[in-house]
Amino acid sequence: MKINKGLSTYASMLMLAGGILAASGVQAQSDATECIAPAKPGGGYDLTCRLAANGLEKTGTIDKPMAVSYMPGGIGAVAYNHVNGVRDDDPNLIVAASTGAAVNLALGKFGEYDADDVRWLGALGVDYGAIVVNADAPWQSLDELMEDLKDNPGDIAFGAGGTVGSQDWMKAALTAKAADLSPRKLKYVSFEGGGEALAALLGNHIQVFTGDLSELQSQLESGKIRVLASLSEERMSGPYADIPTAKEQGYDVQWPIWRGYYMGPNVSDEAYQKWVKRMKALSESQKFAELREDRGLFPMSRFGNEFNDYVLEQVDQFESLAKEVGLKQ
Amino acid sequence: MFDFLIHGFDVALSPLNIGLAVLGALLGTLFGSLPGIGPINGIAILMPLAYTLGLPAESALILLAAIYTGAEYGGRMSSILLNVPGDAGAVMTTLDGHPLAKKGLAGPALGLSAISSFVGATIAIIGLTLFAPLLAEVAVMFGPAEFFALMVFAFASMSVMMGKDPIKTAIGAVLGVLIGTVGVDSSTGVLRYTFDLPELYDGIDFVVMIIGLFAISEILLMLEHANRKDGNDGLPPLGRVFVSLKEVVACKWTMGRSGLIGFIIGILPGTGASVAGAVAYTTEKRLSDKDNSFGTGNMRGLAAPEAANNASAAGSFVPMLTLGIPGSGTTAVLLGALMLYNITPGPMMFSERPEVAGGLIASLYIGNIVLLALNLPLAGVFARVLTIPRWVLVPGIAILAFVGVFQLHSNLAAIYLMLIIGIFGYLLRKLGFSLAPVILGYVLGGLMEQNLRRALSISGGDLGILWQSGISLGLWIAAFALLVLPWLLPKLLQAKTRKA
Repeated sequence: MKINKGLSTYASMLMLAGGILAASGVQAQSDATECIAPAKPGGGYDLTCRLAANGLEKTGTIDKPMAVSYMPGGIGAVAYNHVNGVRDDDPNLIVAASTGAAVNLALGKFGEYDADDVRWLGALGVDYGAIVVNADAPWQSLDELMEDLKDNPGDIAFGAGGTVGSQDWMKAALTAKAADLSPRKLKYVSFEGGGEALAALLGNHIQVFTGDLSELQSQLESGKIRVLASLSEERMSGPYADIPTAKEQGYDVQWPIWRGYYMGPNVSDEAYQKWVKRMKALSESQKFAELREDRGLFPMSRFGNEFNDYVLEQVDQFESLAKEVGLKQ
Repeated sequence: MFDFLIHGFDVALSPLNIGLAVLGALLGTLFGSLPGIGPINGIAILMPLAYTLGLPAESALILLAAIYTGAEYGGRMSSILLNVPGDAGAVMTTLDGHPLAKKGLAGPALGLSAISSFVGATIAIIGLTLFAPLLAEVAVMFGPAEFFALMVFAFASMSVMMGKDPIKTAIGAVLGVLIGTVGVDSSTGVLRYTFDLPELYDGIDFVVMIIGLFAISEILLMLEHANRKDGNDGLPPLGRVFVSLKEVVACKWTMGRSGLIGFIIGILPGTGASVAGAVAYTTEKRLSDKDNSFGTGNMRGLAAPEAANNASAAGSFVPMLTLGIPGSGTTAVLLGALMLYNITPGPMMFSERPEVAGGLIASLYIGNIVLLALNLPLAGVFARVLTIPRWVLVPGIAILAFVGVFQLHSNLAAIYLMLIIGIFGYLLRKLGFSLAPVILGYVLGGLMEQNLRRALSISGGDLGILWQSGISLGLWIAAFALLVLPWLLPKLLQAKTRKA
């Protein structure tokens, strides 16, 4: 047993070191395709990656299943830096992104890198913002809410699942702006995820919830909430057919939340175009349409350069809004 | 009224679904017992599998729910055997579970905790069956102000843990609160203590924190002791393997009370197994720790958090099934799974898809029995883990944890952070701090701050909102009583006896 003492010291040290090595070894690359979800498992980015992975596999566009890996940190900043700094030319890697990432880029939260530092690939689906109140609330239309908001901004608390400056907050800020109210005067409460905000709405702790259409489905049926407006270009179909858009009520607020992907800055044109083609084909297939619908997403098809321009333009818009309300100098 | 349940048992008792419940229970126990892989990750990893296998909705949900409940069972194992909590809910389990193992009572500790888990979960499932729609209404009455009062209550109840060294307990809790403030501030989006490192924006991950604080510091302690000549790891040979009926009966009220506490806390959206375990443990210490033996291997101190964390897991199904609002991170992922099947949870689910709602609840009953049947006889087997030399075991667990953390972060920064926290934990232990208050401060502090700020943004800065409702007022009074009574009561009693 005496030998054990010394041995045990070294064994522990070796294993500690081995742990680090084993962990870094996982990073080894292969030629199979991969999608990085820049978050923990189970969230929106996970869903975005799985949409591509399941779709590409089910339609036979790729032979080997696509790997989905997670890289949480900095609401996507860690993955953004990783793709810019380490895997900048990996032709098999795509990273999930959304409107939220564009907002963070506009606010300069992704560190040294800007929106044009990656190659934006395309979007496979979109969700839309919605303005929601409790079924017992006095406002029957967006107009009534807006009138009341102008008179008593202090009595109406908005809430959603993101911080001030996040894409959830942007929905509330744009709504306030449409009512000629400075977003800085808006009462905004941030929650951890839409579910908590919804619970606060049902309990009358907040008066308005600026959520997303897809997360409201179950509540619509239960009749506990009233959706005053959808922030889409036109009315949506299915269970949302009765919800008027903000635009048709005279307030030009639109908030699409796209779900798409980007690739590293130094990926070859050949590899980039190959992915664009893949995604385009995918978005046109019937099988994929079902998959997208299952996830509560609406169709959106923008790929390649068109999408790249779209994102850059959006980031510009957000940036000017952020400056306007003093979030950014 | 209970048609859905009868229908549910019909569904859950089909051979396929029983098989899935058993499989899920096994996998869940495994996930839970590995530090670093909790129920959320287990479910998120297996959800796509259930979907691609083409399982019908109710079967998939039964599988995933079994994993969830199984993970709450599994979390206790490494808590008891290694002093490393397997998941968030099992932090308090280390306090008395590990000292029991050190006394050679690992087998009985595992057995008792399995029974407590079973009792706690059963109480909660019965509560879920009987009162779900009613309770959901109560749960949404909890707004930010009420949650803030609840956190104040939870901190006040921690005062009971101050036993030997109140100042160190308080410092530990404050250190935990400080660590919890790292990251993007959740209401204004301002970066706090991130030093321009994007890796810190999201704050310090719970898994990184637990593995670092407990497991890495444990390895460092071992390295130190390995050079000393004072015998083996200080663990006596394994004593008896099974828990005695007497020990179980002695804990019956503990399990009942703690199960109820866990269930109530589990229902509230946003609070989870860790809060449930903490409140149950401290309540139990207050009520039944006559000889001040909590923390040194008291059976009740083990039964309380285990009953509570399993009860809270079942409780978190209440808002999910009745309102479509996730009560915990794990049920949020389950909700996503339901969406994939085009099922929208809510009151309508019980009438429109009774096979899903009933099948799920019935499978919770069945899964729970399966878990007990699985865990009792295996207690002896798992206890044998302790006969593996610790210099093999703990580093082995650490490697698993490293790989697990890396898998979740795909980033070495998380590993380095874990090592730094490990060294910090080691220093704390050398200085005689207990680690549980640090973890509780870290968990509760964040919740407390967020809810305080939410409440104040709703009221526009008016502090009055904090005690406006009956619920919050009640919690404030309870918290105040917890702090004052232990000090006041003996004096009053003394005065009385003097008069008499």
